[in-house]
Amino acid sequence: MGAGHAHKLYRHGHSPVHDLPPHCKLVAVLCFVVVVVSTPREAVWAFALYAALLAGVAATARIPAGFLLKRLVIEVPFVAFALLMPFVVPGEQTELLGVPVSVPGLWGAWNVLAKGTLGVGASVLLASTTELRSLLLGLQRLRLPPLLVQIASFMIRYGDVITDELRRMSIARRSRGFEARGVRHWGVLAKTMGALFIRSYERGERVHLAMVSRGYTGSMPVIDEVTASRTQWAYASVLPVLALAVCLLGWTV
Amino acid sequence: MHVPDGFINAPVSAVAGVVAAGAVAVSLRGARRELDERTAPLAGLVAAFVFAVQMLNFPVAAGTSGHLLGGALAAILVGPYTGVLCIAVVLLMQGILFADGGLTALGVNISVMGVVTVVVAYGLFRGLTSVLPRTRRSTTAAAFVAALVSVPAAAVAFTLLYAIGGTTDVPLGKVLTAMVGVHVLIGIGEAAITALTVGAVLAVRPDLVHGSRGLAAPLKLRVDGELVDAPAAAPAPAAPRSTRKVWAAGLVAALLLAGFVSFYASADPDGLEKVAADQGIDEKVEEHGAADSPLADYGVKDVENARISGGLAGVIGVGVTVVVGSGVFWAVRRRRTREASGTTTGTRSD
Repeated sequence: MGAGHAHKLYRHGHSPVHDLPPHCKLVAVLCFVVVVVSTPREAVWAFALYAALLAGVAATARIPAGFLLKRLVIEVPFVAFALLMPFVVPGEQTELLGVPVSVPGLWGAWNVLAKGTLGVGASVLLASTTELRSLLLGLQRLRLPPLLVQIASFMIRYGDVITDELRRMSIARRSRGFEARGVRHWGVLAKTMGALFIRSYERGERVHLAMVSRGYTGSMPVIDEVTASRTQWAYASVLPVLALAVCLLGWTV
Repeated sequence: MHVPDGFINAPVSAVAGVVAAGAVAVSLRGARRELDERTAPLAGLVAAFVFAVQMLNFPVAAGTSGHLLGGALAAILVGPYTGVLCIAVVLLMQGILFADGGLTALGVNISVMGVVTVVVAYGLFRGLTSVLPRTRRSTTAAAFVAALVSVPAAAVAFTLLYAIGGTTDVPLGKVLTAMVGVHVLIGIGEAAITALTVGAVLAVRPDLVHGSRGLAAPLKLRVDGELVDAPAAAPAPAAPRSTRKVWAAGLVAALLLAGFVSFYASADPDGLEKVAADQGIDEKVEEHGAADSPLADYGVKDVENARISGGLAGVIGVGVTVVVGSGVFWAVRRRRTREASGTTTGTRSD
């Protein structure tokens, strides 16, 4: 696993944001999201400030806006749900473009849309400025159980392998004239999945044997311990601290 | 299906996070028992499998398609503990890398999609396979039912969380109807695919299906043209497990839920009481005999703050239940041991 294994979500660069230690970034993003979620929905301006903060981070990391916006597509399903809210929530009614909608429903939709979008934006920024491997190191540094980190790292390492295996199976099916058109073809697809499971499980056994033959005893040696200096923590805390200030303003004003 | 940030309020998300962390901790221990030191590579590869499976699209009709959620499938194929772990890891990675599901809602997502789905599916599967005849077909049928029920069960669990800590007052009846209605449909697809997949694995490597380990036919040897049972390797006796930790964890969780969550519970009548009041069913209801007990209506008398009073009542209730329950359990067990020792001495004297 040499070079060229960066995931598609990562955007290579050397900005101050890229260079921060991963666990600082993880803590910062988590705190930021917690602060955003606990902001009262009526403080509309606060959410604008949060968005500006995120835009500031993106500018520092030199991530183009188009890249970020494209990744925000992930939230489409819950946008649909949020758009339904004004029509199903009972309460005071109002007119919007000639359509009767409920006021609490509108607030609810706004709440979910604003907080959800900001959360997605923060996670996207984290994923696009942090390499996968260092993310896992950061999780380990944050005292996530080592076994869980190992499982996650195996999933990440072999995720592409397994997905590619699935893709090859799909090519093999199509080259034999198969085209899944409806429920009648589920049997074939399910057999694909069964075969994929057996292959994954057997690969797991082989990987384990290979590891044992290289001296694995149940824990991975930590070669590169990530550390953070106080300055780096201070840099990372700028985002959540500013957000906290905005949140406190939102509660008092 | 992934819950975004801002959907469930902060306190309930925190409690769900604690529940999820507890479940993952229990699963880590359990998975080590299921897979010993092979846990990391095998669970990792199965997690990658679940991740890949969610990408395989199943055409439904006229251009629409759906994908498998995989909770029931993982539980049946690799066992409940490893199943919870795999789903939790997949959700964690989806949350951090793909921003699919909010970070603050991670606990909610793991509790609903990982824990509830896997526990319901595996419990049902185990129950059915113990009742049905031990054949491959009944294993597949049990997988179908388990997956069918697990998806709406997760929807109900989500609705419950939404009822306690939803940020918008969508009427609960509507949420429940919509969620369960949609998820029964999803569940049918999930059930069909899960059953077909389990069947496909059973046909090739039945030993890999955790849920059908008992199905393996005993090994026969052909000696001089006759089939003889091969001497089976005696399974290592399982070490007696201390239940004290499970107990303590359960007690803490119950106290937490009773004392803390009831803080945020609605003081409005619950659905049943509401329906009863609307329909006039409760006109003839007499006051309960214990109506003027110190804990009547889930509150402690003489405590002014309604929330603290509710929480206190919950804690006291859990305490009393535990004491009474363990008293009954203890009495029954003592009687049973006495009977057992009586019969053994009886046979010895014969």
